[in-house]
Amino acid sequence: MYAYDSFDRDFVAQRVDQFREQVGRRLAGELTEDEFKPLRLTNGLYLQLHAYMLRVAVPYGVLSSRQVRKLAHIGRRYDRGYGHFTTRQNIQFNWIKLEDAADILAELAEVEMHALQTSGNCIRNTTADQYSGVAADEIEDPRPYAELIRQWSSLHPEFTFLPRKFKIAITGSPNDRAAVKVHDVGLRMLRNEAGDVGFEVIVGGGLGRTPMIGKVIRRFLPKEHLLSYLEAVMRVYNQAGRRDNLYKARIKILVHEIGAEEMTRRVEAEWALIRDGVLKVPAETIAELKSFFNPPDYAPASDRPAALSQAMYENKEFARWHQAQVARHREPGYAIVNISLKPLGGIPGDVTSDQLDAIADLAETYSLAELRVTHAQNLVFPHVRQDALPALWAALKDLGLATPNLDQVGDIIACPGLDYCALANARSIPVAQAVSARFADLARAHDVGELQIKISGCINACGHHHVGHIGILGVDKKGEEFYQITLGGSAALDASVGQIIGPAVAADQVADAVETLVETYVGLRQPGERFLDTYRRVGAAPFKETLYAAH
Amino acid sequence: MPLIDTSGEALADSWRQLADDEAVPGDDSPIVVSYDRWFAEQETLARRNAPLGLAVTNTQSVERLNGDVNRFDLITLNFPKFSDGRAYSQARILRERLGYRGALRATGNVLLDQLMFMLRSGFDQFDTAKPVSAEAFRRNVGRFTAFYQPAADGAEPVFRRRLHGQGA
Repeated sequence: MYAYDSFDRDFVAQRVDQFREQVGRRLAGELTEDEFKPLRLTNGLYLQLHAYMLRVAVPYGVLSSRQVRKLAHIGRRYDRGYGHFTTRQNIQFNWIKLEDAADILAELAEVEMHALQTSGNCIRNTTADQYSGVAADEIEDPRPYAELIRQWSSLHPEFTFLPRKFKIAITGSPNDRAAVKVHDVGLRMLRNEAGDVGFEVIVGGGLGRTPMIGKVIRRFLPKEHLLSYLEAVMRVYNQAGRRDNLYKARIKILVHEIGAEEMTRRVEAEWALIRDGVLKVPAETIAELKSFFNPPDYAPASDRPAALSQAMYENKEFARWHQAQVARHREPGYAIVNISLKPLGGIPGDVTSDQLDAIADLAETYSLAELRVTHAQNLVFPHVRQDALPALWAALKDLGLATPNLDQVGDIIACPGLDYCALANARSIPVAQAVSARFADLARAHDVGELQIKISGCINACGHHHVGHIGILGVDKKGEEFYQITLGGSAALDASVGQIIGPAVAADQVADAVETLVETYVGLRQPGERFLDTYRRVGAAPFKETLYAAH
Repeated sequence: MPLIDTSGEALADSWRQLADDEAVPGDDSPIVVSYDRWFAEQETLARRNAPLGLAVTNTQSVERLNGDVNRFDLITLNFPKFSDGRAYSQARILRERLGYRGALRATGNVLLDQLMFMLRSGFDQFDTAKPVSAEAFRRNVGRFTAFYQPAADGAEPVFRRRLHGQGA
């Protein structure tokens, strides 16, 4: 993984020093809360309902075991013994004191971490495919380019006061696991006819109040132009993006209002003037960044070893976990292991400090001391020997981390909702817990198959409900929490925005409603069809009928 | 409002902003005119043998000044709110693309914590909304010893400095 050099270490230390001074000026009353707000936000510090929340960046979702131990320590020392993984591969701590914030940032810097630009109207943490570098279907590892973007965007003098936040996602695989079409900029690596690898550039996707699927503005961008092209996109947005209305300030609205063609014209015109300048990335820079992400030296291991087949044959529980959680690795004899942070009836993405320490130990024993965070709020061990899978499973089971529900009904994405968030209209967590508990029968969940449920506690859509196969949106109706249900969303390459199925349901009816929808699907499905496929084939009518007949 | 230079030192201001309905003075005192007035009265203003300044709002195109840009001794760009960052792009375009060499002044809601970004974007005069001591200026503007991206200050970005062996 990437290792800081003296430039990076100095930069992060100077940034901590700067923030410490800014906090001091705030506490001394020299800065108003309005003036302080963007300064703390670009250092990851939010003010929530009950306390400050610190959102720590996990650049493109990659963590070392050493960093995980530090996160465990921060949870224990400065919070209430737990943290929460977010839908942008970051981790947040919910009970932080302003006075501690700079100390926490200094502790993070010790393990080459920071909370820079995890909030505010700037370029946020670039997210990437959680299987980067190990996916069997990968064209090229996107992490060197995500790191290049991280550095270029850090404290960018021109783009720190944008109309609104700006999120970039990148994938190196044709199977998009990074939801690139619902980001402000999505980058998809591909190979052109000449055999060169570059980027397809997608602009103007996003969720929030006005969900939009991004538009391709460039079919192929050579790698050396990545930064100059992004700078051109940002410059067009910084000048033309709307600033008169907070809800119309994202780049998706600009692209929608002027059209993809005009957006392309403006970006290309700007880019033509800067493409061969200082931002052109030298081949040596790319080579150096790539060297940080070279595949590890895998000890030879036999593919599909007999011990694995035997364990699956002998232990149905292990076999079910294996089927749900293990993905194909590019290296024979190795596996990618998904660790569910969605225990039955639990809070999606929450993890205790004790669990984090134990996960760090396991990562060292089983995954070359490396792990990944996914945008679905789960973890990944990217380098596990297949013959070690039964032992890893047993260890995870002891920690309560072996729930076999990846991409199934229990693998719910949920925002923090009204339990924490100052923006929320309704709670998300108890709804997620109720739905999860309803499908506690894992055999049944397994039979239902792939089903992505996503829950947001308000229209800002941090729980990505628009792109859930079943989306659930909390709304406030005269002081009572109600939940609007959408069907047919997807964040994958076949991206689509879900459609509202009918009137919102009360909080205590959401689990019933989801169950009714699932049963309707099971009754209608053809062999091999996922929930989303059946919905796309038959449309909303049969779902609507059973849902509202039943309630 | 206090006017300071790139060292944070107080700067005397000899410029006067001319209202659009105000007659151009017959003497050779330095005046700042609006962007619209410049385009309307270009010939008259250019004939005047005195320093000329231009006030540009953050929705006006600086590219339209192309070719004329060095006829000005001062250009002011405005930050109506510190959180409105459009003038950073205008400043970089003036310096890096149009080759503007005169003074570039930040006006409006100009605060200590934004000065470093302004300096990097090519501003060299700051009409600050609150007094900023030279000491606070130096500490805040000089804090970072390297930057990751190129800007109008000409600082070599980290990725290029690494190519000649720095930063190990």
